[in-house]
Amino acid sequence: MKEVAVIGVGMTKFGELWQKSFRDIFVEAALKAIENSGVDHIDSMYIGTMSSGLFVGQEHIGAVMADYLGVTPIPATRVESACASGGAAFRQAYFEVASGHSEIILAGGVEKMTDGADVTEALATAADQEYEVYNGITFPGLYAMIATAHMHQYKTTREQLAHVAVKNHKNGSMNPNAQFSFPVTLEQVMKSTMVADPLRLLDCSPVSDGGAAAIVCSLDYAKKLKKPYVKVIASAQASDTIALHSRESLTALKCVSIAAEKAYKQAGLKPTDINFAEVHDCFTIAEIVVTEDLGFFEKGKGGAAAENGVTSIEGKIPVNTSGGLKSKGHPVGATGIAQIIECYEQLTGNSGERQVKNAKIGLAQNMGGSGASCIIHILEAI
Amino acid sequence: MIGIVGYGSYLPRYRIKVDLIAKQWGADPEAIKRGLLLYEKTVPGQDEDTITISVEAARYALQRARIDPQKIGAVYIGSESHPYAVKPSATVLIDALGIGPHVHAASYEFACKAGTEAMYSAYSLVKAGEMEYALGIGADTSQGAPGDALEYSASAGGSAFIMGKENVIAEILFTNSYTSDTPDFWRREHEFYPRHAGRFTGEPAYFKHILNAGKTLLEKSGLSPKDFQFAVFHMPNGKFPLEVGKKLGFTKEQMEAGWISPWMGNTYSGSSPTGLSAILDVAKPGDNIFMVSFGSGAGSDGFIFKVTNEIDNVRDLAPKLRDMLDNDKIYLDYGQYAKFRQKIILNE
Amino acid sequence: MITPRYHREIPQRHRLEAGKCKQCGHISFPPRLVCPKCKSKSFETVNLSREGKILTFTIIRVGPDKFSKETPYVVAIIELSEGRSANAGVRLTAQIADCDVDKVEIGDKVKLVFRKIQDEGKSGLHCYGYKAVII
Repeated sequence: MKEVAVIGVGMTKFGELWQKSFRDIFVEAALKAIENSGVDHIDSMYIGTMSSGLFVGQEHIGAVMADYLGVTPIPATRVESACASGGAAFRQAYFEVASGHSEIILAGGVEKMTDGADVTEALATAADQEYEVYNGITFPGLYAMIATAHMHQYKTTREQLAHVAVKNHKNGSMNPNAQFSFPVTLEQVMKSTMVADPLRLLDCSPVSDGGAAAIVCSLDYAKKLKKPYVKVIASAQASDTIALHSRESLTALKCVSIAAEKAYKQAGLKPTDINFAEVHDCFTIAEIVVTEDLGFFEKGKGGAAAENGVTSIEGKIPVNTSGGLKSKGHPVGATGIAQIIECYEQLTGNSGERQVKNAKIGLAQNMGGSGASCIIHILEAI
Repeated sequence: MIGIVGYGSYLPRYRIKVDLIAKQWGADPEAIKRGLLLYEKTVPGQDEDTITISVEAARYALQRARIDPQKIGAVYIGSESHPYAVKPSATVLIDALGIGPHVHAASYEFACKAGTEAMYSAYSLVKAGEMEYALGIGADTSQGAPGDALEYSASAGGSAFIMGKENVIAEILFTNSYTSDTPDFWRREHEFYPRHAGRFTGEPAYFKHILNAGKTLLEKSGLSPKDFQFAVFHMPNGKFPLEVGKKLGFTKEQMEAGWISPWMGNTYSGSSPTGLSAILDVAKPGDNIFMVSFGSGAGSDGFIFKVTNEIDNVRDLAPKLRDMLDNDKIYLDYGQYAKFRQKIILNE
Repeated sequence: MITPRYHREIPQRHRLEAGKCKQCGHISFPPRLVCPKCKSKSFETVNLSREGKILTFTIIRVGPDKFSKETPYVVAIIELSEGRSANAGVRLTAQIADCDVDKVEIGDKVKLVFRKIQDEGKSGLHCYGYKAVII
């Protein structure tokens, strides 16, 4: 297996991009990544998108994007793993380079969510249609049930959930690409509109448009280019039951702990070796549970960690320095790639005022559904 | 011996008080309550319809009958609010309760007496020896146009009766029917609300048919009103059943147990059957029950039941009607009620 | 809900038919082709009990378009009384009907009832299934 590097990244601003089409959003991000990397061509392309069929009525995304990026006839494939589609696209690019089959791959992610589809219904297709969604559950509802159980079992407080949102908005306020680049107060979160008890509007990631792309190549090739690059030292994935009710625990995400265990083993690292992490905070409770299941905190202590600033940029283990899905935005398919981009920027020292000091090892955790898929990458600065 | 081997009723938990409906349309609540003897009525939840009500009522009937559902040879559901104009309600029910597929099934409609017609068909099939058991149900989520007099009474609920030959709890001694073409109340195809002929629904319709059916039934049986412990009649409001019973020679005491409309409203096809269910909850072995339904259009079905010793073995095997009527109520305001009953025009 | 798909699920939605593994006794709802516990492929059909308790829940305040006229409503994960011993574990997701949404609690005892779950538009199919009510 060849060693793999990321040599360039690019993304659109995340938000309600009324004037930009699904394909143009992707092309904009891809062009930025190609320019940023300095490569003169790409050998193939993977595009993560969760639900272009429901959001914009378009499938066959590989061909659409290759056509509009002007890179036909290279192979171009759409990859889907619900909200982890971006991470899955990156993982495919990683494999294609590692196998030696190709040299330079573009891993991208894109979603256009504001073109008028029933977003709640479209997102819910990542859960069990027959036995969860049929009965009226929504995505916020699934995570709300995890929150209810977590609060019941571990005495996690409503305030602790809010602290996650406050921290991520603070980080996002320093990210020019963030959809919500403004801070929020604890009081604002606690008084925001209830969506699915106990989750309020400001506990939820927004509906967003956006695209993100990363150029993946072999470490040997990266060394030849006179550009900053980072090394991919782990790529791991795990699955779990599609329905939340089928899981042994309603307060832990087994796919996260299993993928994390594999990733740490590949990289030869422990949770304490990670300098910062981008995690899938589609809802505030998700960040609390995920940081526990990544081994950063003991089970049940994730809420207290958020409350005590352990996960802030200045904290022991900064989490979601980009603002996370919460503040940066969550154009579903783009999210996994945007996490890689934040890792790349932190590890190459380009994160400006949200730069983590001595950032050497970053972890990106991307999740699908209510925790039925998890994809983890660990990246290392050179 | 042929008769009822299991019975069950279901009422939704939601209620609206007559006062709120009267107030909404500028009517005097006291006059309505005094004139119609109606105080409140049941309202179906947004997730309830004739089918769901029938399923729950029949589930209770099966609990009491303690029989293998597979032995039921026919299921008839009488209603004027079948959720489909074309597609039988009973097919959903048999699949939910494990009846059939070797079973006769159909939706019945005869205004408010479709339920007793379903009971009569079920009884007759068992009597004819065609099958061991048959299930007859009367259930409705009754329609009444906003602001119309019917709105004070149109309610939701239903009752199910399994007819059989063994372990009979109430033997059917006599039946009869009185039917004529009397256009007192109707709902045209594709129309949402029924229309009625005002005071014409009273004397030439309700009273004429129940009195004729009732008198004939008494003659046929050779019994007189004093031979009965209980009597129940179709209950379009609180007042009519008491009046018609009195005309036939029954006392208020005989009618008390089955007189539920003041707090339930008119469950249309489920009206007198649910009154019968309330009576069976309290009847003792040997009691005689007199029942006459009424359906607009118009007709009345009469039944005379004799309660057996078996009643004491089954009464407590399912929820009782008065418990459902008196407890766990959730009161709605008119706005919520209008939303629940789809009286608000929405965008598609 | 498209007709063939709805029709296929009727045994589960209408009468809670589940698959009990003949090898390890694990009950799968809905039935599966492979037992998630012991990987056996041999099952017998059983009907689930209709009683259980609430393990966790939420109050949906913002629903998908299809359910938006019914908010707020409670959705819960319910453990049926088959229990969760080594070989069983029947949990399902269902709405809690007819309740004061602010009074639902973890541990509440419930029974499953037959209700209409959704409509396929104004002229389409009525789709039924199970909901729970607190007892």
